[in-house]
Amino acid sequence: MKLSNLLSEKRPAILERWFDVVLETYPADTKNFLQKQNNQFANPVGHTIHQGMESILNGLLSGSDLQEFSTPLDNIIRIRAVQDIAASQAVAFILSLKKLIREELEKSQRMDSFIKELSLLEDKIDTLVLMSFDIYMQCREKIYDLKANETKRLTYRLLQRANLVCEVEEPGPQQND
Amino acid sequence: MAKFSAKPKDLAKIRYTPPKTEWTETPVEFREHMFCHSAKPKDLETVGFPYGRAWSAKDDDWKLPDNWEQIILQGMKDLLGKYRSFQLFMDICVRCGACADKCHFFIGSGDPKNMPVLRAELLRSVYRGNFTLAGKILRKLAGARDLTVGVLKEWWYYFYQCTECRRCSVFCPYGIDTAEITMMGRELMNMIGLQLGWIGGPVAACYMKGNHLGLEPHTIKSSIEFFLDDIETLTGIKIEPSFNRKGAEILFVTPSGDLFANPGTYTAMGYLMLFHELGLDYTWSTYASEGGNFGFFTSNEMAKRLNSKIYAEAKRLGVKWILGGECGHMWRVLSQYMDTWNGPADFMEVPKSPITGTVFDNAKSMKMVHIAEFTADLIKHNKLKLDKSRNDHLNVTFHDSCNTSRGMGLLEEPRYIINNVCNHFHEMPENTIREKTFCCGSGTGLNASENMELRMRGGFPRANAVKYVHERYGVNLLANVCAIDRATLSASMDYWVPGVGVAGVHELVGNALIMKGEKERTQDMRLEPLPEKEGSENV
Repeated sequence: MKLSNLLSEKRPAILERWFDVVLETYPADTKNFLQKQNNQFANPVGHTIHQGMESILNGLLSGSDLQEFSTPLDNIIRIRAVQDIAASQAVAFILSLKKLIREELEKSQRMDSFIKELSLLEDKIDTLVLMSFDIYMQCREKIYDLKANETKRLTYRLLQRANLVCEVEEPGPQQND
Repeated sequence: MAKFSAKPKDLAKIRYTPPKTEWTETPVEFREHMFCHSAKPKDLETVGFPYGRAWSAKDDDWKLPDNWEQIILQGMKDLLGKYRSFQLFMDICVRCGACADKCHFFIGSGDPKNMPVLRAELLRSVYRGNFTLAGKILRKLAGARDLTVGVLKEWWYYFYQCTECRRCSVFCPYGIDTAEITMMGRELMNMIGLQLGWIGGPVAACYMKGNHLGLEPHTIKSSIEFFLDDIETLTGIKIEPSFNRKGAEILFVTPSGDLFANPGTYTAMGYLMLFHELGLDYTWSTYASEGGNFGFFTSNEMAKRLNSKIYAEAKRLGVKWILGGECGHMWRVLSQYMDTWNGPADFMEVPKSPITGTVFDNAKSMKMVHIAEFTADLIKHNKLKLDKSRNDHLNVTFHDSCNTSRGMGLLEEPRYIINNVCNHFHEMPENTIREKTFCCGSGTGLNASENMELRMRGGFPRANAVKYVHERYGVNLLANVCAIDRATLSASMDYWVPGVGVAGVHELVGNALIMKGEKERTQDMRLEPLPEKEGSENV
């Protein structure tokens, strides 16, 4: 039996426990809301994070290419990057998947037979952490970009009116000397 | 984002679970990008607000006046006596929790103090401790608290994390209007000089110059002339609007932001083109040059003072009625307060469209009509020639602004216009539009830039619904009838749903409007090339 097959059987339980790791980073009242409100528009944070984690877990178990993790990671990290948490906390949930998987394997008492496959899977999870950190930084840089762009949008007409900016004309046909 | 301050040896000790303290025992922590700068003393002094001083929320010492507790408690007593609604809202909440998960700031942040019930409790706990017998005797058992500097800081942090959008009140079985509780909280803090720079500045400018940006008459005129040049480039038609013209039939008032801030400027161009095409007998005013009212975010009295210029100017010019541009809070202030503050406007007539003859009975008393009502009526009577295909490059959804939708029920008119000027329109999901619309996350003076992280949190529920229609239907434009929306949703879309632009409804009208004698349009209102038409359809 392959490791991915074994984990696929345990997938729903791993996903819920993994989701719970993220929920634990929120206050108790909030955790309750994020967990129980199923409407994706009434609870966009809970829904987006859960859906993203499900995609990541499925991707890991089916051996998807790394690029396929970009969107679900981005969806989750984009939210976490503007919440009351440190950068480490924003990406830490991915590392916790390693612990959850090892716990499942210990329960099945077949850790030794999967050690090589497990090592590869854990390497991939480590790569996802690095990807997440890049996304986190992009989001934070975007916040500064937004501030700068908004100032431009608010004042561009004013600068134009004051003749402080001008746009370069289309170059005319080249003239021969 | 919290600032990273842990030393290496502390790293292993980081706990990822939040503190398990009660809300009353969890002091507020001021985080960068989450709050606005404080108001400048000169701005407060200009309008006679007390205790202007240099201070910052991050300082331990807020330089409060010595008797600040006395001022706040006396202020609370006065407001409780003045507004029955405030007294009622302090007493009747049964903490059922129906409002708890309806606030965009709670949904986006996960911070329990952003639950409307808990945000209100920040004020209620002090009310109980000082104004109710049970609270005075039983103290904590009755949910009472003393007014301390810590509590005051909590008020300041969280009452400036509420945009007074009133979504929570839609779901409250008692109809408690949490926006009014925030208003009271802000008014109390204003009594001891705790105001935002982004509010104080526009209020002072509006008081001195007539508009939030502090534009003087010649600047207003020349900025509009700048639009006229663009319109001439676009259509070949030279428009000559009038300013401060006595005897005009209609006075047009709009938010000043649309005169300078993109993309609102394109909406202003849309107004100019529409009025020219109709041959409307109207005038702009360089005195009543602001439809918005940031005074509304400080105190009732200040809002009233800033609003007074609108009727005064209408009277001076001798107009028959007033037409208002696309704005959100402007319309809550105008439709729900102006008449009782500064009316009766009995020197004007009941608004009647000179083009269709429609009498706007809904504005019989206040004498002011929203441009969405006016334009929808024109379309309904086939008074406009429109080429919808000029908007074919746009796949549009509509964001109901909180104040126009929940505040005054302006739900159908903007949609009717959009459907008549665009071929591609898709609604967002039912629980995110109309009365249940999600706020842009930046209203009530929170549209500063220094609090961008807060704005992104608060804007997420709205953006999430936009993302849904963007992915499902290819929506690429978020239309709205609010100047603050136009200014702030652009940033929100840029962060959450790149690829979706923002525009006022009358920018779309301007695109589609076939004007008499116009040259063939090759550009849209933004002077960008019009994509090749897929086939024109005239209405």
